[in-house]
Amino acid sequence: MSHTLAEKILQAHTDEEISGAGQIVNCRLSLVLANDITAPLAIKSFKAMGAAGVFDRDKVALVCDHFTPNKDIASAEQVKVVREFAREAGVTHYYEGGNVGVEHALLPELGLVGPGDVVIGADSHTCTYGGLGAFATGMGSTDIAGGMALGETWFKVPPTIRVAFEGKLEPFVGAKDLILRLIGRIGVSGALYRALEFCGSVIDDLSIEGRMTMANMAIEAGGKVGLFPADEKTLAYCRAAGRTGDKPLKADAGAVYEQDLTLSISGMSPQVACPHLPENVRGVDELGDLVVDQAVIGSCTNGRIEDLRVAASILKGRKVAKGVRCIVLPATPKIWRQAMDEGLFSIFMDAGAVVGPPTCGPCLGGHMGILAGGERCISTTNRNFRGRMGSLESEVYLASPAVAAASAVTGVITNPAKL
Amino acid sequence: MLVNGNAHKVGAHIDTDAIIPARFLVTTDTKVLGSNCMEGLEPGWVKRVHQNDIMVAGENFGCGSSREHAPIAILGAGIPVVVAKSFARIFYRNGFNMGLVLLEVGNDIDKFSDGDKLEVDTEAGSIKNFTTGETIICAKVPPFMQELLDAGGLVPYVRKRLAEKKQ
Ligand code: SF4
Repeated sequence: MSHTLAEKILQAHTDEEISGAGQIVNCRLSLVLANDITAPLAIKSFKAMGAAGVFDRDKVALVCDHFTPNKDIASAEQVKVVREFAREAGVTHYYEGGNVGVEHALLPELGLVGPGDVVIGADSHTCTYGGLGAFATGMGSTDIAGGMALGETWFKVPPTIRVAFEGKLEPFVGAKDLILRLIGRIGVSGALYRALEFCGSVIDDLSIEGRMTMANMAIEAGGKVGLFPADEKTLAYCRAAGRTGDKPLKADAGAVYEQDLTLSISGMSPQVACPHLPENVRGVDELGDLVVDQAVIGSCTNGRIEDLRVAASILKGRKVAKGVRCIVLPATPKIWRQAMDEGLFSIFMDAGAVVGPPTCGPCLGGHMGILAGGERCISTTNRNFRGRMGSLESEVYLASPAVAAASAVTGVITNPAKL
Repeated sequence: MLVNGNAHKVGAHIDTDAIIPARFLVTTDTKVLGSNCMEGLEPGWVKRVHQNDIMVAGENFGCGSSREHAPIAILGAGIPVVVAKSFARIFYRNGFNMGLVLLEVGNDIDKFSDGDKLEVDTEAGSIKNFTTGETIICAKVPPFMQELLDAGGLVPYVRKRLAEKKQ
């Protein structure tokens, strides 16, 4: 039987025969993840289950990244619960302090996820690892507790929408623009319950970082996973992260897709998602003069080294506009060091930007860049729901690092090609 | 499991705020949540429900947040089964995890009316409609998920599985 990428990965983790979408199968898990917000609840369920310990100390990751460095007493108490549990259970992959980065940037970089893995996380953006060819998806805290105890969970095999990107990317147009374009086209429930499988010449040429940026936002279209085939580039990335034994992975010829979409992206300008839904996508040039108060460059979507290099290339020799706060948050300590060693921080600081620690921070309105009523932010993050970054009366526009950096310079949402 | 009860029909895209509004999330008590089931749809909705009645819903039932309180509220109201055209993904998981039986019937949903007398056989995956005389067959609950339901949800299920592993 020919399998889609989603079916193929699940098949390798179950003893049942996968015959198509809709089937429910029990799968062995490669990794189970929770963060400082969701782990405390999962730990509560885990204890109610009477579990003596986690199924595999090396296959549970607890990443305290959302409100860390702890912003207040309540968040410090939450992290304390997670820290003590990690110690008791002997969890190898516990991250806090100088080790912590935004979970979905951190785990791939540490080599904890790779092609063909099945990963569940108590965080909706767990789908990021689809960029490496992993079947990775978000779930509720009790599901995560079950996963931590048993090392397996059930999945309903999703139907797949295959999306091909064809054409040639314009300068300053990249992965973020591709995924925003798709969400704009199919809407926030366009892939509800479905797997997205990406293909086409544009995808083949895309970096692994770029693929993770796209997979990250599969959930913004309602998708369960956003999957990329694992090719030579994937394997090179995984080897560099210290993994061994990964193999290329692609869908079988003749696999059955629910839908086939082709997006031609030649001539496409940078894309921006306007408030208050990720599907309100328009070309940057259609927006008119939208003054911004803040620009955020970071998050699990766009806080990787490639993103920082793009931002630096635009900020180099330029100044952030008066009255604009440009906040740069490298997503992990490794990225932070790399950016420092490459001299990117000097560029950011000469331009008048703020460089912060690796944290989710403002992405979810946590800390380090909260918006006041009436303020507008251009952000490289993934959600622009009402009040996501602060006041219910503030606005978040989602875009690429290039657009965010260019907008920081001019003070209005700007096409970097026009700087 | 055999469930005999009356059908309570609700519409499409019923979200978790309709099932249990956020103001009731200050407890995890099944009974209290149950007494407020569907308050966000229609105040006092739950009063019509008798033990073992069956909810019949349109497409995308349970969309919205991942709150596990939603399936708990339905169970607490005395409803052990929801039959729907389709379910939202996270609700679907949470439902089984909390011990609520969910049956997806697609377009056959139109064959049910409010107040119909139903008998659901969760093992056989069949729904007998005594009011119309028709029997609808849907996908069976897979054996291991049946085990999950028999155990009373994911927490007791995992507890049982762990005990078996120890022996
Ligand atoms: S960076 Fe934002 S979207 Fe990503 S894990 Fe953190 S809060 Fe969630």
